[in-house]
Amino acid sequence: MTPLSAYLILSAMIFAIGLAGALTRRNAIIVLIGIELMLNAANLNFIAFWRFSEHPEALTGIMFVIFSIGIAAAEAAVGLALIIAIYRHYKTTNVDEVNSLRG
Amino acid sequence: MTLPFIILAVLTIAAAVAAMSLRNLIHCALAMVGAFGGLAALYLQLDAQFVGFTQILVYIGAVAILIVFAILLTRGGQVPEKALFSSSWIWGVLVTVAVFGTLAWTIKNSFASQRVPAERVEATVKEIGDALMTKFVLPLEVIGLLLTAALIGAVIIAMRDEVKK
Repeated sequence: MTPLSAYLILSAMIFAIGLAGALTRRNAIIVLIGIELMLNAANLNFIAFWRFSEHPEALTGIMFVIFSIGIAAAEAAVGLALIIAIYRHYKTTNVDEVNSLRG
Repeated sequence: MTLPFIILAVLTIAAAVAAMSLRNLIHCALAMVGAFGGLAALYLQLDAQFVGFTQILVYIGAVAILIVFAILLTRGGQVPEKALFSSSWIWGVLVTVAVFGTLAWTIKNSFASQRVPAERVEATVKEIGDALMTKFVLPLEVIGLLLTAALIGAVIIAMRDEVKK
């Protein structure tokens, strides 16, 4: 079977890709997709640790991932509503141009 | 490392990179669906069937559709001619390289490579349902409340403002 560290490295790579997209892209929707990828990387970690734990019958990792998916769905709904509200106000989804709060 | 894991890992990484780097937003959303599907297959490979199918149902079924709707509502379907990356992209790349370096170094020096998987784990839907209704009933109620509040909040935020006269 694949060792635990391979899953952890894969999860770290997905997290880094999501982080790179969230930090460098201009479009707010792509930033949100990057955040979703980062959340998914964390979920993969939870499942991998659960599979390799000493007491998998406790189901802790599975429960954590189920609640995490629920929170991610709520976060996506609110985030996209915010993006639509910003688009209506500024007529853009470019995060560089939405800078009214910049000091 | 087994061959299925390598295939799934390469597919997931390629889809994630495509989702973060393509120019057309619709293509980005479709690549994101590929990445979520690859992750669902990895969950199935790790004997977490319920979570794998929940991933397909929630992410590919709901979140991806929501994102496509948002792209259409913000007229993101057209390909932008201007620069794709924000003005401070170099800092983003530096932070990402630092984060990945730290994570990889920590994993390499941890005890993770010596762990052995538990033999034949069972996580049936019945067991998960039992656990959700007994030990985890309070978090379940809280997540229900959170989802309700978030959805009402999303509707109120996205609602068109009344024109004041």
